[in-house]
Amino acid sequence: MSSHGEGRSRLSDGSAAEAGATVAGLQPPSSFLEVRDLRVRFPTVDGLVKAVDGLSFRLDRGRTLGIVGESGSGKSVTSLSIMGLHESANTRISGEVWLDGEDLLGSTPEHVRRLRGKKMAMIFQDPLSAMHPYYTVGDQIIEAYRIHNDVSRSVARRHAVEMLRRVGIPQAASRVDDYPHQFSGGMRQRAMIAMALSCDPDLLIADEPTTALDVTVQAQILDLIRDLQSEFNSAVIIITHDLGVVAELAEDILVMYAGRGAEYGSAEDIFRRPQHPYTWGLLSSMPRLDMGGAARLVPILGTPPSLIQVPPGCPFHPRCRYAKLNDGASETVVPQMTEAEPGHLVACHLPPHVRHQVWDTEIAPSL
Amino acid sequence: MITFIIRRLIAAVLLLFVVSVVTFSIFFLVPRLAGASADDLASRYVGKTAGAEQIHETAEKLGFTDSLPVQYGRFAKGLVAGADYNTGPTIEHCPAPCFGYSFITQNPVWPDLLDRLPVTLSLAVGAAIIWLLTGVTIGVISALRKGSFFDRAAMGIALGGVSLPIFFTGLLSLSIFSYKLGLTASGGSYTAFADNPATWAYDLILPWITLAFLYAALYARLTRAGMLETMHEDYIRTARAKGLPERRVVLKHGLRPTLTPILTIFGLDLGLLLGGAVLTESTFSLPGIGKYAVDAITNNDLPKVLGVTIVAAFFIIFANLVVDILYAVVDPRVRLS
Repeated sequence: MSSHGEGRSRLSDGSAAEAGATVAGLQPPSSFLEVRDLRVRFPTVDGLVKAVDGLSFRLDRGRTLGIVGESGSGKSVTSLSIMGLHESANTRISGEVWLDGEDLLGSTPEHVRRLRGKKMAMIFQDPLSAMHPYYTVGDQIIEAYRIHNDVSRSVARRHAVEMLRRVGIPQAASRVDDYPHQFSGGMRQRAMIAMALSCDPDLLIADEPTTALDVTVQAQILDLIRDLQSEFNSAVIIITHDLGVVAELAEDILVMYAGRGAEYGSAEDIFRRPQHPYTWGLLSSMPRLDMGGAARLVPILGTPPSLIQVPPGCPFHPRCRYAKLNDGASETVVPQMTEAEPGHLVACHLPPHVRHQVWDTEIAPSL
Repeated sequence: MITFIIRRLIAAVLLLFVVSVVTFSIFFLVPRLAGASADDLASRYVGKTAGAEQIHETAEKLGFTDSLPVQYGRFAKGLVAGADYNTGPTIEHCPAPCFGYSFITQNPVWPDLLDRLPVTLSLAVGAAIIWLLTGVTIGVISALRKGSFFDRAAMGIALGGVSLPIFFTGLLSLSIFSYKLGLTASGGSYTAFADNPATWAYDLILPWITLAFLYAALYARLTRAGMLETMHEDYIRTARAKGLPERRVVLKHGLRPTLTPILTIFGLDLGLLLGGAVLTESTFSLPGIGKYAVDAITNNDLPKVLGVTIVAAFFIIFANLVVDILYAVVDPRVRLS
């Protein structure tokens, strides 16, 4: 994987090389998971796709981080980078991903492979296509377990049944021999979760885990993830475009836009005191049942930017209603994540008092 | 699973019935529709010197004057139970499956076909093993090393393989390996496996390779395309996310779904070849069913052509049946639908 060299070449990257910061940057962080200045690029015939462009965040054990953003904002690409699941041939990754004191981007692919499934696991959007159609659900869980645990097949099988039972699959002992297509959508996602949790991972990444499911099943799956998280005390990243899902599950929220972080904070910060115009847009475009359907949904104007030609300056400025409120910095300077209040970071050029004023007078009343 | 097999068996039998009706129509109904009389049909069964009266007598004896359903009934009975021909002093029994007697040699067709079957069987099965192993292996490696020198070289050769006809590659390989280098047999000879396995292989090695080259090229391309598609499936990403070694991801999770559609094509190809590898057998003068068919057609020997048609159709239906059942074994989703 080319990421090893590039991870180090970041040292000469001017934007990040602020005296001493880079030296400190290679020290293992105190957080369980820390992503620093992650950049993921895909060279294509049309140009270089900057899918993730300088993203940093951290996550502790036992906490749930929600990553929110439109399609193409880099959410899934980020998670696949943490898992080391990008094809090295057509992906350029730089930055640091520290998991429990190890820099994954600086490790060999073989080492990351051994961590996958055991220390970090992932569940995917569509459980029907994510499970192998030719093997029984049990076989797939047994395989996941035995690759990391030196146990006999029968022991692994008992473990698989136990995992299926724990994720709430009735008659787990007989359903273990069913094929994925014999499961309903919700059961399939439960089985997927059972597989991901079979080796008791410290980090669970759920990439749009409820998007492909019926609305009635969604809540059950979210409940299950929450229950299992408290039981296993793992760190969870939940990736979604659905603010309702993060409101349900996440303690911390990272809002992404065009491959960068736009706003980061606790769920309370993001839902009660959001400071980024993009977050405002997301909140305004979300339906509220308690408003009796009277409030009109306000869409975010324009379309997501091309990741090949990201707008200069703040990537959100062409769609931002308030970009005019500062002195043209939006068009030229890339805003950095800065602390607006303790633990609440925003990447926006608007002066803080303007943000507070707009939120208090314009946005909050209309929600 | 049992009901699945029974359903497929019934379908196969029905299909055989349809084939027999169609074959009967081609040989006996279509000429009538085109304006041939019963006597015209019978004239093919008698010598050139026969008079009109003899021809008419033959037409009646062979039943060409009967109604069509009766004729078909007799035809079908011949296939299933055999037929009796009244040759005057004695009644000659033609055992099932009776396709009739060759116009030229006067021999019954079926024993002739049986004689030639081992040749075609040896050729087709031997070549099939070679092309499956090489084609699939090359296809998988090409897909995994997409864009590499190996991939481009293999796909270039494969393009040649699918484009060059057997009578070209066959003659070329004969001239090089047999006539110039003297490494292989020069064609035209066949030794039964039971008599001498070494000679059997020696006689067949060049036809095997020539035939397998064409199909291996095709299968390499199919496997490569299938593998490239499969490796982008979500379940492959899941397999990697579980932390499986790449080898296992490819061989266990990637290969099986890639091979299922290839299995279908393989069944058809093998079935088709068992009905006579016409070009290969002709090029190497192998006395198999394909060469038998060509000779029969050249000589207008209708009963032989009829026999080959039905036997070839049988092999294709049989191969399809086997593939259907194998498919259900391989892909659990098929069993239930």
